[in-house]
Amino acid sequence: MMRAWLSQHGYVLLFTLKQLIAKPVTNICSILVMGIALSLPVGAYTLIENLHALSGQVADMPQMSLFVKTDANSQDIANIKQKLESDEQIIDFQYIPKETALQQLQQSSGLANIAHHLGHNPLPDAFVVHTQKNTAQVLEQLRTDMQNWPEIEFVQFDSDWIERLNAILDLSRAVMFMLSILLSIAIIAIMFNTIRLQILTKRDEIEISKLIGATDSFIQRPFLYFGTIQGLAGGFVAWSIMIISVNTMNHKLIDLTQLYNSDFQLHYLSLADSISLLFFSAWLGWLGARISVASHLWQIEAK
Amino acid sequence: MITFKNVSKRYPDGFVALNNANLDIATGEMVFLTGHSGAGKSTLLKLIATIEHPSSGIIAINGQNIAQLKPAAIPYLRRKIGFIFQDHKLLFDRSAFDNVLLPLQISGFDSQSMAARVRAALDKVGLLKKEKSMPVALSGGERQRLCIARAIVHRPMILIADEPTGNLDVEYARDIMTLFNSFNQVGVTVLISTHDASLLEDTQHRILTLKQGKLAA
Ligand SMILES: Nc1ncnc2c1ncn2[C@@H]1O[C@H](COP(=O)(O)OP(=O)(O)OP(=O)(O)O)[C@@H](O)[C@H]1O
Ligand SMILES: [Mg+2]
Repeated sequence: MMRAWLSQHGYVLLFTLKQLIAKPVTNICSILVMGIALSLPVGAYTLIENLHALSGQVADMPQMSLFVKTDANSQDIANIKQKLESDEQIIDFQYIPKETALQQLQQSSGLANIAHHLGHNPLPDAFVVHTQKNTAQVLEQLRTDMQNWPEIEFVQFDSDWIERLNAILDLSRAVMFMLSILLSIAIIAIMFNTIRLQILTKRDEIEISKLIGATDSFIQRPFLYFGTIQGLAGGFVAWSIMIISVNTMNHKLIDLTQLYNSDFQLHYLSLADSISLLFFSAWLGWLGARISVASHLWQIEAK
Repeated sequence: MITFKNVSKRYPDGFVALNNANLDIATGEMVFLTGHSGAGKSTLLKLIATIEHPSSGIIAINGQNIAQLKPAAIPYLRRKIGFIFQDHKLLFDRSAFDNVLLPLQISGFDSQSMAARVRAALDKVGLLKKEKSMPVALSGGERQRLCIARAIVHRPMILIADEPTGNLDVEYARDIMTLFNSFNQVGVTVLISTHDASLLEDTQHRILTLKQGKLAA
């Protein structure tokens, strides 16, 4: 019984694959259409996830830059260090003397002889300060306090843009969600039509099968397999497009990030997300086929 | 096995093919159905397989009123019947082998025993050498025999043959009748429609005649 069931399904699977190979151009085209349609929300999702991860990294440790007045002497620097050390809200800090800052600037910008051309070092001494995670209000208070220290020229909140980025990410998510729904409907519609055409060309086969005792599920099975497999293949195309795009972008990013002394790279879609994508696309194909079969098969009644 | 009680069949265009027909075929019986062209033979056979539905009256198979069957149960009724269609109803995009395979796939046989059964059925109708041929490459008589092979391959309880010897020469017609007889001998109920008088000449089986929508023995 079990073996008969398995061999029946195995047969349908084999039959469906043969069918896909029998009309390669048509089938590859519709798989590509589905894959490209899916790749848009998938790409958007990957990008959003990457930006989100990036903003998370930064937001986990709020950072401020303290620029010391240019006329400050070593006693002033020592004062600042002492004040920073005694503040409980500050986790750690790094002193960047203006000579180091200039060196770094020269290395990363390729402008080798800035100081030489200017005749002096235009940069101030600076501190990079990491504070505890806290509400925007508390952090803003801290910033103003430090701003008021006599040795300090200016305090810059390095994570202002994070909040703006997060707002943009939220909006992008909403847009991506709409996009996903619309394109999913498009994929279901494509599959609906593909199966409708198949049913038309197989009218005789369906009619005769019914005459000699085929159940509805026997007749539906090849169409549902076809839809599911095409959906799966479409999902795989979308996944491949994502991999290739991230790969290409990472290559470009290497040049850019070297300039900023960072090793930032875009992440691929996670394993769990990749599996979800394949399941979802297979399900879309199945659903389109299912709806099509339900609305067309009953019209074929054998005489 | 097969019972008709006051069965009438009126087609949508108003034509009355059967008019209060009564019929009783016992299990294991072999019966011929005859009548002029247009008398309603095919109609009667299609009613048994629920391919057509009666306008009034009751049709019972194995004591079950088939009008009361749920749609989902109809395929299982049809699997008990091997139907040889007057217009063959072969699949022209499949080989002879695959045409005969279809009823086995539908009934869910396991694949190992399928090929052997298909070849046995093809052998019985003398088409073993043509298993790879497509139906277009077969003669009228060969198609008819292919249709017979497809009807017997899943060993149905009831065999219904609508003009099974229409395109066959006397020799093959006799072979086919021998085949039907051998099925009948192992207990299959057989119902054959024909207007081929030579088939009816020296038969000891019951002959039913359709006339003006009524059955006469
Ligand atoms: N679907 C239909 N709609 C309307 N009339 C039909 C339909 N099918 C059959 N008929 C009519 O019913 C009558 C009986 O048809 P049927 O096919 O049962 O005859 P038959 O005895 O099998 O004839 P033959 O020996 O030529 O095969 C015919 O007059 C035919 O025109
Ligand atoms: Mg007829």
